[in-house]
Amino acid sequence: MLLTALLLTGGAYAVLSPASAQDDLAADEALVDRGRQLFLVGCASCHGTNAEGIVTSDGTQYGPSLVGVGAAAVDFQVGTGRMPLAEPGVQAPDKPAQYDDEETRALAAYVASLGPGPAIPEAEKYDLEGVDEEGVVRGGQFFLTNCTACHNFAGAGGALPEGKYAPPLQGTDPKYIYEAMLTGPQQMPVFSDEVITPEDKEDVIAYIQSLEENPSYGGFALGSYGPVAEGMFAWLLGIGALVGFAVWIAANSVRSKKRTKA
Amino acid sequence: MMSRPVVARATRTGQVAGWADDRLGLARVARKHLRKVFPDHWSFMLGEIALWSFVVVLVTGVFLTFWYKPSMGEVVYQGSYDQLRGIPMSEAYASTLELSFDVRGGLLMRQMHHWAANLFIAAMMVHMLRVFFTGAFRKPRELNWLIGLGLLMLGIVEGFAGYSLPDDLLSGTGLRIAEALMQSIPVVGTYVAFFVFGGEFPGDDIISRLYTVHVLLIPGLLLALVGLHMLLLVYHKHTQWPGPGRTEKNVVGFPMMPVYAAKAGGYFFIVFGVTALMGALLTINPIWAYGPYNPSQVTAGSQPDWYMGWLDGGLRLMPSWESELFGYTISWNVLVPGLLLLPLLFGLLGAYPFIERWVTGDRREHHLLDRPRNAPTRTALGVAGVTAYGVLWLGAGNDILAIIFDLSINTLIVVLRVLIFVAPVVAFVLTRRICIGLQRADRDRVLHGSETGVIRRLPTGGYVESHAPLSIEEQWRLTAHESPEVPAIGPAANGNGAPRPGARGDRLRTAMSRFLSGHDVAKPTREELEEAHHGDGHANGVDRVSEPDSGHRVR
Repeated sequence: MLLTALLLTGGAYAVLSPASAQDDLAADEALVDRGRQLFLVGCASCHGTNAEGIVTSDGTQYGPSLVGVGAAAVDFQVGTGRMPLAEPGVQAPDKPAQYDDEETRALAAYVASLGPGPAIPEAEKYDLEGVDEEGVVRGGQFFLTNCTACHNFAGAGGALPEGKYAPPLQGTDPKYIYEAMLTGPQQMPVFSDEVITPEDKEDVIAYIQSLEENPSYGGFALGSYGPVAEGMFAWLLGIGALVGFAVWIAANSVRSKKRTKA
Repeated sequence: MMSRPVVARATRTGQVAGWADDRLGLARVARKHLRKVFPDHWSFMLGEIALWSFVVVLVTGVFLTFWYKPSMGEVVYQGSYDQLRGIPMSEAYASTLELSFDVRGGLLMRQMHHWAANLFIAAMMVHMLRVFFTGAFRKPRELNWLIGLGLLMLGIVEGFAGYSLPDDLLSGTGLRIAEALMQSIPVVGTYVAFFVFGGEFPGDDIISRLYTVHVLLIPGLLLALVGLHMLLLVYHKHTQWPGPGRTEKNVVGFPMMPVYAAKAGGYFFIVFGVTALMGALLTINPIWAYGPYNPSQVTAGSQPDWYMGWLDGGLRLMPSWESELFGYTISWNVLVPGLLLLPLLFGLLGAYPFIERWVTGDRREHHLLDRPRNAPTRTALGVAGVTAYGVLWLGAGNDILAIIFDLSINTLIVVLRVLIFVAPVVAFVLTRRICIGLQRADRDRVLHGSETGVIRRLPTGGYVESHAPLSIEEQWRLTAHESPEVPAIGPAANGNGAPRPGARGDRLRTAMSRFLSGHDVAKPTREELEEAHHGDGHANGVDRVSEPDSGHRVR
């Protein structure tokens, strides 16, 4: 009886869990093998030779275990250049990607083969084809509720504790925004498909895109940083210019004494 | 009454003027005031920036009221901004969107209104600093100083009310903080907040209440006080910088008509032009991107406008201390920065003229300005205040600083917590030393002339630098101030050995007076000047100047 229950649960899990979509990537043994080679050269020094993670002598993590993070996490971290890390720090900054598309795929295949995790989303999930105007509005509400607290109202980015930060979203490839929501890289929470459905994720991306496509209605946007930038412009540009004009007027109207000829 | 001479009735203009004069008595007023003299200096135009930007704020504000609806009633947006269509929102927010996207020129007016408001308060502050650093607040202008502070305070409250009216995400976040400030008042805080918001936050009253405050109550007070401020300015006459021919009893400058009227009028157009350019080219408060206020949302970069920034900075820097007294929670973390900082600043500023007057014992009128270096302690106190204000400002922008400069926000807060105490002291000491150094340099120039950089070799083999004589104007300028003086006090005890009444107050006064002017450099006396000019002759060529101490005339 117990065995049956276990089998059923296990079977149901295997069928229903995201890992069941564990794509063909992990099935392609040649690709997995190539990924393992690359991993041993470029990643193993921090993540361990079997991607099991490395714990330092004082108990902190040197590099986390990658078992079960899924192909999507690899595609995001490596594709945006965050991994491999140039130097240890509070957060991995994005930089030009160090691996080409084929190598990134191989690394993703290797990590996917280690355990079940979110797969790289198919292009139709984020190509915004099916998003109508209402979808953009709905995406905006999701964005304002879930994203702006860290990423700012215009996706200009924001500060997090201890030098960490939420990076700017402007100009980010829709695929990477999708993968970030799916895998929750670094400080970001995971917004799994159960929390924000794939359709809603696409709406959020559509809203971010629509902000970028908006003309800058009010003129130069001052970096979209809000009132701090506005205050700086009021003082440096506004007061600066007006004081400059005051000096000019006072120096150039009627002369208080005749100019002596040199 | 004597009949007024009938003149200039021959021309058409003369007829109109005469008609008006017969009924309004304009000629008498005009004769006096059209020739009113104003001195000329760029720093005297800072208050004008405030005045003219206030005019821009009034004009653009009237435009905005034609479309803005001060209501928290819910509507579903159907306007032309795509990303919010179909969203339920308050009428206030919807009408601000309408102003921004569907009213011709509306966004320009909104942005001009906001920029001009920012400039208005900034200009008031710069003007106040000018008045402070030059000692223009001294008798007889103490009351006008207080009126000015009232204007500044009202301007800040007015700005905050305006910031809250669009009912966007930032407005609501700001009001939420304002509610928290009210709640932090011990014992009655909750009642005050309920009273102001008409119940639980956000309620549906606050926008219409703030609207009345923003368009009626405070503008009325501002206009009245601006009028009073200007009347007193005319009554007191404007202060002037010391110079040849300028005394405590005259004003040297240009008449109102035509010179000053032209300059002031021209400056109005410049202020209007700069505001219009900023409104047209620079985004301010893009409410469409913030979205309507929703208590469950917040955005990174939520800050108040700059004039409230220092209070926000105080909130961000204050450690989260709370205690419980008689069953009431006292939130020091909100109470101290939120409710005590503003009265502290305005209290200090308001009291300063009277404190200085008491310490110096100076009861005379002052119409000649101090050069900031000639009041080193006052200048240093002012710079210390500006520094503290600046540190609080940095505190308010800590998240923006952290992302722009790759800093840790936690480290930044710790550093600023130290700096809020240390930086003003350092600024005070440095400024005072710089002022005293400048005073010494002035004294040297008066005694020995300006350095020319020309080195001469003496027949004996030594080297000396030639000094050029100063012009009489320059000498006057450098010596027009008074030498520092610590007032003499009576003995601590009377003849019988009993303590003299008031001795303790006098001792405090003397100590403060030493603090105020004890370090100042005395200006050269007449004897020192003569000695320098006729003595060993190192100020070659300077001997033909008259000494500035005695009554000298302008050529």
